[in-house]
Amino acid sequence: MTVRIGVITFPGSLDDGDAQRAVRIAGAEPVALWHGSHDLEGVDALVLPGGFSYGDYLRAGAIAALAPIMSEVKDAAAKGMPVLGICNGFQMLVEAHLLPGGLIRNAHQQFIRRDQRLRVESTSTAWTSDFESGQEIVIPLKNADGGYIASESELDRLEGEGLVAFRYLGVNPNGSLRDIAGIANERGNVVGLMPHPEHATEPGFGPDTSAAMRSGVDGVPFFTSAISAVVAAAA
Amino acid sequence: MPTIVVDVMPKAELLDPQGKAVAGAFTRLGVSAFSGVRIGKRFELTVDGEVTDEVLATARQVADEILSNSVIEDVVSVEVVE
Repeated sequence: MTVRIGVITFPGSLDDGDAQRAVRIAGAEPVALWHGSHDLEGVDALVLPGGFSYGDYLRAGAIAALAPIMSEVKDAAAKGMPVLGICNGFQMLVEAHLLPGGLIRNAHQQFIRRDQRLRVESTSTAWTSDFESGQEIVIPLKNADGGYIASESELDRLEGEGLVAFRYLGVNPNGSLRDIAGIANERGNVVGLMPHPEHATEPGFGPDTSAAMRSGVDGVPFFTSAISAVVAAAA
Repeated sequence: MPTIVVDVMPKAELLDPQGKAVAGAFTRLGVSAFSGVRIGKRFELTVDGEVTDEVLATARQVADEILSNSVIEDVVSVEVVE
């Protein structure tokens, strides 16, 4: 089967093109979706891409979380469809209450862009099953509002239930509590993270590695994991 | 025309990076009268006509559900200003 993964474009999305390209490289068919529509066009999985939707007015991701298509996104997520929120997309998922917690201005008050080392903390999600548990990966990070926060009790719950999906290694780039870079919902179909897997999917355009400059493709397993999840669900 | 003013502040226990930056500027300028700065948001909701209880209830609702995010912010006040 050809897995179809939708990438929703909002006003101010920047990484929708790269997300579509990552989907294609991983072996699925990318489907361009529009925020103002109520039609998911029968896709099997969804990516909410990075950018600065609505200029980050009000709060990052807050107005996009109220976009027409988000009612269909919420329904699909509730039915178990794999949904990945990257950066601004992660902010939309927390604003839409599809993931717990919140994202605030980076503690150092600066926009930051770096190749970021992460540890994959959970491989039991739709977007991480192709990783090894505890695997260290490097993918780009670029954000201004990336500080993950939640109450102490919520953080304890996330840790206790294994819902922390990714943790920053080496440098905590934005003041995120407990070095959390990404989380998953209880069912594991909804995942959000601040760093950008879609920018590390093609040799020549990814982070530097010890093997060669710009050869890092640690973002690919995100998308192949989702493809496997869709195929497994259909079988 | 009546206006409903909604004030939203970052939660007290959270770091407010913007306020911290302003406090840093005070220190550099030698302004020592203030020990801290926190920055919030003020929304002015314009009402055509009378502010009924229903309108005020709607204002409180949008303040809680849209204008603020209860994970990171508190609605400090919802007040009618003529």
